[in-house]
Amino acid sequence: MAFSSTEQEKLNLARRHRKARLFSRFCGAITWSGVLLLAVLLYQVSIEGFHWLDWQFVDSFPSRFPERAGVKSALVGTLWLIILVAMISIPVGVSTALYLEEFAGKGRIAKIIEVNIANLAGVPSIVYGILGLAVFVRYMLLERSLISGALTMSLLILPVIIIASREAIKTVPQSIRYAAYSLGATKWQTTWAHVLPASFPGIMTGVILALSRAIGETAPLIMIGANTFVAFLPEGPMDAFTALPIQIYNWVSRPQEEFHELAAAGIIILLAVLLIMNATAIYIRNKTERRLK
Amino acid sequence: MTKTTETAQAGELISPAFDSQASIKKSGVRWGEFVIKGWLGVCALISILTTAAIVFLLLKETFNFFENVSPGEFFLGTTWTPLFEPSSFGVLPLVWGTMLVTVGAALIAIPTGLASAIYLSEYASDRVRRIIKPVLELLAGIPTVVYGYFALTFVTPMLRNIFPDLQVFNALSAAIVVGIMVLPMVATLSDNALRAVPVSLRQGAYALGATSYEVTTRVVVPAGLSGVMASFLLAISRAIGETMAVTLAAGQTPNLSLSMFESIQTMTSYIVQVSLGDTPTGGVAYQTLFAVATLLFAITLTINIISQIILNRFREVYD
Amino acid sequence: MSPPGMDPSTAEVGQPMHKKSVLELRDVNIYYSEKRAVNNVSFNIRRNKITAIIGPSGCGKSTLLRSLNRMNDFVEGARVEGELLFGNENLYGSDVDPVEVRRRIGMVFQKPNPFPKSIYDNIAWGPKINGYKDSTDELVERSLKQAALWEEVKDRLHDSALNLSGGQQQRLCIARALAMEPEVLLMDEPCSALDPISTSHIEDLMFELKEQYTIVIVTHNMQQAARISDYTAFMEMGDLIEFNVTKRIFTRPAIKRTEEYVTGRFG
Repeated sequence: MAFSSTEQEKLNLARRHRKARLFSRFCGAITWSGVLLLAVLLYQVSIEGFHWLDWQFVDSFPSRFPERAGVKSALVGTLWLIILVAMISIPVGVSTALYLEEFAGKGRIAKIIEVNIANLAGVPSIVYGILGLAVFVRYMLLERSLISGALTMSLLILPVIIIASREAIKTVPQSIRYAAYSLGATKWQTTWAHVLPASFPGIMTGVILALSRAIGETAPLIMIGANTFVAFLPEGPMDAFTALPIQIYNWVSRPQEEFHELAAAGIIILLAVLLIMNATAIYIRNKTERRLK
Repeated sequence: MTKTTETAQAGELISPAFDSQASIKKSGVRWGEFVIKGWLGVCALISILTTAAIVFLLLKETFNFFENVSPGEFFLGTTWTPLFEPSSFGVLPLVWGTMLVTVGAALIAIPTGLASAIYLSEYASDRVRRIIKPVLELLAGIPTVVYGYFALTFVTPMLRNIFPDLQVFNALSAAIVVGIMVLPMVATLSDNALRAVPVSLRQGAYALGATSYEVTTRVVVPAGLSGVMASFLLAISRAIGETMAVTLAAGQTPNLSLSMFESIQTMTSYIVQVSLGDTPTGGVAYQTLFAVATLLFAITLTINIISQIILNRFREVYD
Repeated sequence: MSPPGMDPSTAEVGQPMHKKSVLELRDVNIYYSEKRAVNNVSFNIRRNKITAIIGPSGCGKSTLLRSLNRMNDFVEGARVEGELLFGNENLYGSDVDPVEVRRRIGMVFQKPNPFPKSIYDNIAWGPKINGYKDSTDELVERSLKQAALWEEVKDRLHDSALNLSGGQQQRLCIARALAMEPEVLLMDEPCSALDPISTSHIEDLMFELKEQYTIVIVTHNMQQAARISDYTAFMEMGDLIEFNVTKRIFTRPAIKRTEEYVTGRFG
């Protein structure tokens, strides 16, 4: 077969190159429109809600009257949740990851647990809500309290923490472990002194991601009965509560325009909380990563 | 702690701070290790217990439900009015509503997500990546209730300018917003899958005189197809399980109509509706919650398992 | 084939160890799942001497070395048969604690693997977790001096160990192992990742260490074995071809295969 450069072939090549250029521009345009979308969304939220943002808004309880309504109980509820969920899910999640990576070996049981966790990661959050309702609220008689909400959310984000922690632990080089073992250290001594500190930045990132997800979830909290109208501050884990996403949902569901604007203001607060959490995570990760270098 | 009898005199150790002549036999169980391993194992067990609890709960009430309502009526019936008289328990409208939203969301998220992934892995410079990647993470991190708000206050009014027949609560807005919500997932996971394709494959194709379009569509994407498809499936599963955005955007009217301009109800928003209402525990209406939840769970679980199989089956290729 | 008094094949099972040997291998077989990596190896490690194990790649020398401090336990499917006697006890006895074994038989690895901590903490950690109660400052100084690293790092003990050069890191690893005061120090090709100058530093070190410690070194560098070791074991394909005083192995080996290897005709 002769490969002579005919006019036809030259045309073909030109067309193919044109196609390639168009394609890359097309993909680029689509990608940047995603960025544009985010900008639009944030802009929309800001202009709607900004003028409602003042100290009175943060300091007031929800009310039937838009001018008097605020996010105080919701914000406090969300902060409570962050702390409680962190206290429950971090030890359990990291422990599970350590067990699977360092202690469990490669047997059948470890495989079953691993597959199980991957499946749990994909279960819709509302199913966790049903679980929380039946187990924590009804069976354990914890009522519609902060602790019920925290336990439910912890179960929800546990798979995320486990998977992220495992990834972080896997990146610790095996040579470090061998060095420790060769000095006559037990598995736990090695894990505690070397594996955990080395994987800490990665674990931290995963934890913050998981907590961010927990803060934004509404459906499970609705299922366990977090009241939508809470005009008091919870004082202990057994108290009833509300949270920012629920308050926002409540306001958005109302027909009046002012409540939609209130919702936007609430969203700004919620996004601010998320931003602070993520910034803290990045800060902690950078500090610990630098120390290890 | 006996000293061995055959110790030579030469080679005295410098400092006898250890009892290094001790026997190497076990001197009892290391209790610390045992307790710690136990605690770690118990934690690992919690994940198994969670699954067991979910399955048990859902199935128990679902069985109760099917004692009162025939499976035929449930799976094939076309009217869903469990909370009113006369009550009807055909779940198809809910499934249809879920499907409308999911298919619409997939039509938005999959092409754009894949295009973004291709752009990120094949064309974008490092600088561009460093901007886009955080943007994707941000989009993925936005709480779902915010998307619901966005649908009601921005998307729907905007669409109504184009389609005056559009109802305030409609499936189209829900589909759009859910699509935006799962788009980052498709983009990120597909990007990972495409980047895992060895550079040597691309270089081989370029060396044969292929254009970037041809290399991408005929070499890279097919090579990373398993990861890409897994990302599609995971996004679909996420869309099916989405609750707040659809509840806010699409309303709560079970509906078998083909039109996306009307209000519909998905499985998830029905579950929320029941729990926000005053449904008494134990009645058939209460049991519908579990029946629908079991159906939802079964669907998402199946999709997730399929996506895991796809990922595992084809991952061997590079290892 | 073996020096007089060192021939383990005359020792019957259950017989105590020779009084000059610190480790005795008797009919040792090591398997990875179904594949046999070490076949029926027997020889003695003599106290306060350097024993080298040489042989072409894949002959099982590293596997054998790792079995001496039970590091093979971490390899899936690894199985050891036969007797490895240490203090008249079999290292693989059913009631033996591998952690105890590793306390007393230390190891230096091929690639330097210091902990991502300070120099000081690298050395002090092992003894501390094993109950060391005396002054760690003295311990650190002593170990670093033994490893000929003290002068270079004495002013920056709390700097990260990862800032050291390759040769320094390996000497740190040696110091770290010595801090545990092991009876035997196993070295798995300790210089193969280092430049020639660092290599000669470490070889000089080994001569000094010989007075207090017993050293077993695996090396693919024949000249190194000839330079520093007292006894040499030559392995090929899992078999122990010959074991003798180093001078004999390299000048008048008894087995033809040994001669072929040490004269560079293969491997």
